[in-house]
Amino acid sequence: MIVIIDYGMGNLKSVENAFTKVGYKTIITDDPNQIKKASSLVLPGVGAFRDAIKSLRVKKIDEELISAIGKNKPFLGICLGMQLLFSFSEEGGLFKGLDIMPGRVRRFSSLVKCPHLGWNKIKFIQDKFKRNMSPLFLDIPDESYFYFIHSYYCEPDNQKVISSTTDYGSVFPSSIWKDNLFGVQFHPEKSSTLGLKILKNFGDLSKC
Amino acid sequence: MLTKRIIPCLDVNKGRVVKGTKFDNLVDEGDPIEMASFYEKEEADELVFLDITASWEKRNIIIDLVGKTAEKVFIPFTVGGGIRNLDDIYYLLRAGADKVSINTTAVLNPLFIREASSKFGTSTIVVAIDAIRTDSIWEVVINGGRTRTKLPVVDWAKEVERLGAGEILLTSMDKDGTKDGYDIELTKTVSEKVNIPVIASGGAGEPKHLYEVLVNGKADAALAASIFHRRECSIPRVKEFLKQRGVEIRLTEKKGEGCEN
Repeated sequence: MIVIIDYGMGNLKSVENAFTKVGYKTIITDDPNQIKKASSLVLPGVGAFRDAIKSLRVKKIDEELISAIGKNKPFLGICLGMQLLFSFSEEGGLFKGLDIMPGRVRRFSSLVKCPHLGWNKIKFIQDKFKRNMSPLFLDIPDESYFYFIHSYYCEPDNQKVISSTTDYGSVFPSSIWKDNLFGVQFHPEKSSTLGLKILKNFGDLSKC
Repeated sequence: MLTKRIIPCLDVNKGRVVKGTKFDNLVDEGDPIEMASFYEKEEADELVFLDITASWEKRNIIIDLVGKTAEKVFIPFTVGGGIRNLDDIYYLLRAGADKVSINTTAVLNPLFIREASSKFGTSTIVVAIDAIRTDSIWEVVINGGRTRTKLPVVDWAKEVERLGAGEILLTSMDKDGTKDGYDIELTKTVSEKVNIPVIASGGAGEPKHLYEVLVNGKADAALAASIFHRRECSIPRVKEFLKQRGVEIRLTEKKGEGCEN
């Protein structure tokens, strides 16, 4: 069962609806025991980093998440849910994240409008033999458009975890992938057919 | 590159899409969920539902509609119309709306913008500004255009950004319904003065108008209603028109039918 983690932030219903549409059942919960039993986990999120990390800690979900990721369960962080995996965020000060992914979350330069809002292309990062492509992007054409809405972006210390980049004034990592751990800065649940395909790909991984 | 957005607006009365924003002589235009699904297939980038229901049963009808839309439509949508308090926003977002649009309440109580954006996130709060041209400036009007406020539009736009709005939906009341083009000067002036996205609204009649407001008016998105609802011009046709002229736009399939221009 895919568990969507409810920590009081953002539009969980849309994520659930999108998984239902592609044939996967989900549970929305904040219960650490349910999280323990999950086959795979999705951490969505819209809102402020500080409130989100505080809520994860208060609900004691943070430890369960770290433990589940350590056990190789497929994990997908969406938008703020991806940012929370990092060591620090510069949003509203400097706040410590889950620190599963070494790196920082930074604000876009003031030369571009904030939030970065709308449809933008993602460019896959792969070697010249087209290997090492994130399994999330199976059957997704390179440079497809996805829906973004965010003012901060992730900057991993290890460049090798970046699975796609996007250009908004400067080039930033729009998705990451390391083993069972996936993060997308865009919203697959709001990116029409191709977004649904990404969620289906994630669901398929959970079955393996 | 970030693409410019094309946004159909659906005026909803008691759960049905109706013509125009005028309260008298409402003409039924269709089922909102069917229309929303159709626009998703046509590659609309977002949708706006404007609830004009003027009755006590209002909230339940729109929340039910939002819930059903979110089950079937997988592009972002904003809901506006008569939002007065944090609870109104909470229930709309919980039902599946991505953003809410606040208009009159924001003018009457500007701190409501700050409360809402700090509670639900900046990116979920759109402030709708209705503008009317007076002698030398544009003035904010509220209550669906019936009440003038003497508030200069540019000052108000900067203020809503400062208070935490994530986006501005800017409607020219002079141009609304005319179909002779958006107010380019208004849109450009506001878009250059703020650092948040601006959606231009009011006056769309043909693809050229959308081009003008996105390029000359520096809008980040263009909203239109009747040209899409009446099939006077399809979204793919508008997008093709824009793409051919070098505007960054999301367009994956060539359809391009259904336009008189």
